[in-house]
Formats: sequence, C-alpha cells, structure tokens
Amino acid sequence: MSLTLQDIGRIANLARLELDAEHSERMLAQLNGFFDIVERMNAVDTTGVEPLAHPTAVMEDVALRLRPDVVSEPNAREANQKSAPAVERGLFLVPKVIE
Amino acid sequence: MKALHEMGVAELAQAIADKKTSSAEATQHLLARAKQHQALGAYLSFNEDASLAQARAADERLAAGERTPLLGVPIAHKDIFVTRDFPSTAGSKMLEGYQSPFDATVVTKLAQAGAVSLRQLNCDEFAMGGSNQNSAYGLAHNPWDTTRVPGGSSGGTAVAVAARLLPAATGTDTGGSIRQPASFCGVTGIKPTYGRCSRYGMVAFASSLDQAGAMARSAADCATLLTAMAGPDIDRDSTSLDHPAEDYGRLLGRPREGATAAQPLKGLRIGLPKEFFGEGVAADVLAPVRAALTEYEKLGATLVEVSLPRTELAIPVYYIIAPAEASSNLSRFDGVKFGHRAAKYDDLLDMYKKSRSEAFGPEVQRRIIIGTYVLSHGYYDAYYLKAQQIRRLIAQDFQQAFMQCDLIAGPAAPTVAWAIGEKADDPVANYLADIFTLPGSLAGLPGMSVPAGFGAGGLPVGLQLMGNYLKEAELLQAAHAFQQATDWHTRAPAGF
Repeated sequence: MSLTLQDIGRIANLARLELDAEHSERMLAQLNGFFDIVERMNAVDTTGVEPLAHPTAVMEDVALRLRPDVVSEPNAREANQKSAPAVERGLFLVPKVIE
Repeated sequence: MKALHEMGVAELAQAIADKKTSSAEATQHLLARAKQHQALGAYLSFNEDASLAQARAADERLAAGERTPLLGVPIAHKDIFVTRDFPSTAGSKMLEGYQSPFDATVVTKLAQAGAVSLRQLNCDEFAMGGSNQNSAYGLAHNPWDTTRVPGGSSGGTAVAVAARLLPAATGTDTGGSIRQPASFCGVTGIKPTYGRCSRYGMVAFASSLDQAGAMARSAADCATLLTAMAGPDIDRDSTSLDHPAEDYGRLLGRPREGATAAQPLKGLRIGLPKEFFGEGVAADVLAPVRAALTEYEKLGATLVEVSLPRTELAIPVYYIIAPAEASSNLSRFDGVKFGHRAAKYDDLLDMYKKSRSEAFGPEVQRRIIIGTYVLSHGYYDAYYLKAQQIRRLIAQDFQQAFMQCDLIAGPAAPTVAWAIGEKADDPVANYLADIFTLPGSLAGLPGMSVPAGFGAGGLPVGLQLMGNYLKEAELLQAAHAFQQATDWHTRAPAGF
C-alpha cells in the first residue's frame, strides 16, 4: 500500500498542519519508506491477542484510578494564562468564530 | 582535594557535608564550567541567581544539621520537565519562553532532597529523536568527538555528565532516550519501570511509554538520584505505579545471596537475546560488549542464551504507538492557551494550522502525521490496534526470557555515535538505530546503559542491562559490581 499526495493533504488537515507542496512531497516519500517497515506487522498472527495499552498490565492488574470530585487546586488563573498568546480580562482571545 | 567538577554525586555531597566546599561554591564552579564549554550545546539557558539561591538554601539546611545524599549537589533537568518561573521549552519553538505555573513532581522531589538545579538541558524537540539534532535550539556535541552526535533525545543530559559539567542530571526515556545517549557519551543511565517516576510536569510525548530517569558517572550515583526522584504520585499521575518508594541503592556492594565477595554475582543468570548479537550490530560495539560479559562471568554470573523473537518488530510497533500518542498529546498546542501563535492568519482554522506548522519542527510534524493517520477512521484496527497486540506479544517474550534468567544484557545501540549531519534527513535510518532499546520500552521494563569500553574512533560503547518489572535495585547491584571491577565509567573525554 502506498500513500498519495492527496492522503497527505487529508491527514495534514486532520492534524491541523499546513504543508506546502515541497514539504508534502518529502513527507510522502518518507512516510511511504516508513510504511514499508510497518507492513511487516501483517505477518504476525494476533488472533485473540488482547491489545496492551498499559505496559505494566503484564505484571499486575492495572485499573484507572479515580479521585474524589473535589477542588484540589487553588485558583491560579493569572499564572495559568501567563504564557497565553492573547488574553483579555481573564479570557483567552481567539479569532471570531460566529458571525 | 580533586577539582569539584571531577567529583561524582556521592563525593561532592560528602565534600559539602564535610565543609571542604559549599553548595554555593560548587554551584558557582559548575556554572562557570558550563559557560566555558557552552559550545557543547548541553544547556539551553541559565538562571544563575535562581541556582545560587537554591545553593544558599541548601547550605543553610546543612548548617542546620540536615544531611541527605543530594543536599547541595548541583544537577540539571532535561528541558522536558517543567519548572516554575523559568522557561520550559521541550526543545521546541512552540514553547519558546513558556513559563510553567507549576513544577514537575520529579523537579519538586529532587529539590526537596536538596539538589540544586542549574536549569534546563538541551534535548530533541518534545523528546523525539536519537541524536539531539531535532532540538529547535541547536545541536549538542559529543565530548568524545565534537563532530559526533551525543545521541538523544536526552542529549544535553549525556553531554553535561560526560563532559564533567555536572555530576548527574535527569533525563526521560520513551524509546531509549536515556540508554542510547548514555551509551554514546560513556555515562551510566537508568530508566526505571514504567510508572516508577511521576509523569506530572513532564511534557507529554507518548504517555504509555514516557518515563523519567537519571544519568550519572556511576551506577551508585544513578541509584541516589532515582531514589530521590521515584515514588508513587497517585493524585497527579494516573499511571503512577502504586508501589512504595524504595532505596534503589540498598543492594550496592552486597554480594548476592549465597555469593562471595570475590564472586559477588554468583548465581546471577544473564540472558543474552540472540537477536541482540546478530549481523545488525557493528563489530566495534560487539567486542566491548562481549568483553564486559566475560567480566560478568568472572564476577560469578552465568550467561545463557535467550530469545526475543520479535525484536525487529519493535520498530514498527513503537513507531506506530509513539506517534499515535504524540499526535493526540500535541493536539493541545493550538496557539490559544499557551505556546506559539502565528502572527498572520485568516480565521480560527487557519490560525491553528499556521501556528502549528510554524512552530513544530520536521520530525515532530512527521510523527503527528503518522499518528493522525494510524488513528484515523478505517486504519485504526490495521495499525494502532495491531501494534498494541504485538506490543503484548513483545512484553510476553520478555516474560518467557526471564524464566531462564535474572537480567538481560546486550548492546544499548547497534553502533557508536554517528557523525553530526548523518541520517539527518532519513527518518527511517534513525528509527532503525533504536532497535535494542525499543523492546524494553514497549514492555515498560527497567533498563540501564553502563560504559563498557570503546569502539572505533575511541567512541564509547554502552552495555545495556534490562531487568524484570520493579527490579531496579538488582539492576543497579549488577551494574555497580561491574563498575567495582572495571574503570570504563571513570574515563573522561580528552580535554574535559
């Protein structure tokens, strides 16, 4: 299976990246080189094998922990917004979305 | 007294405790030394006032009678750990000037233990890479040959420790990012079991693989750092292991049960995966690794052949899973809440795209694209799910192997450090070079790289040691025994 330039454009859009023609061409060649290796996975029979999402689940049962739904952090809005590109009166500014 | 920068963690802590020097003096000395060797590219920035303030605080704690194994010892953090009031960049333009509102748990714990931070160490962007050439802030150079890469992604960490700019430092390992640079730069590195160190405040790359660890100039010093760094962080990291904190140095210098002082590792079975000793390994790497294994036999260990039959498959499996998780983690960089925002854009969608395309480097974009693709509708089962299934088989292969042995050993990397510029535009060649570190990462096992000698061009070669889950103390014991019998770990690159 080989990817096409169209695929690259579609995936880039999903990933919210903008690739110019030159970058798309290079990305395409590199990805097709990479997926040649990936195809080797097809030779492995994984019938009935449970996917492993959490590596130490091999060692012991892993359950996602829940913590009580209580406030644990003080209000630190200013510190949290210190590195935001555009803030006004404690709000994040974005370009107009709704006319 | 030897120069302060020649001392390891234990020696320096002792010298400070004995008032032969002070934390402030050691900090000043190492800051000056770091600046003298700034061309190595180990550091991204300094904040001398902050470091010296921490050092003075440590000196006050010492004056008040407090003693800990790290009190007053200068270290530094890979710039993947966020810290308050100083920029935390993850080696990316995306986070240029980013001020974290909180400290990573690892940073907090090391500060509580009294270590002084000399700020951030260079690394591949978002820890993606094996040569430090993906840093947005410039190359790091291998002190053994400055025309060579130091490895990565914890390249700055390895350079700083190898060049005697620091006695020890933190790193992170997702697919080998501690073990491979440790091997390339001739320092000792450990990545503990997945979940031992909190991921809270580690800029996320691949959450099911990311794990913090340490590099130093001996296994004993690695144990000291790890003991201070690790431990459950149940409320802040949902994948933090719920196992009590340990003294990882507790077995150092002690013979194994039933062994003797002359043969302290008697009874230790070291498994050699035959897939780690095949054609893919350079001869100049294989020779020192074999010699190190002979040394282990002298120490009483027995060598047994084992098999990790899916070693080669670890490459596609890892490079599906890690980019999938990365594409998801990095979706938070949207130019709104933090990070780079493009100066010019048409609308919201255009702002996302331009901000991300301007600020992410080529390797990061490549991984986002791979990850987005393998998670996309119609491809998820064929790629992501399939990779997660093979991941389980790889982890089971290790458990099979550990039925015949206590530790697994082999090369940390198939070659010595390559030349700067080499493989720079060939991602697949870079991915293939990770073959010996990826399997252990996928399985979440603890692993080390221990200096084992030198290959072509006088470049260091690391012996990789892997243990079963939670066996860090046994790993460090075996590494320490080797370092008691050899002096590879004490060698310094010429001029440093």
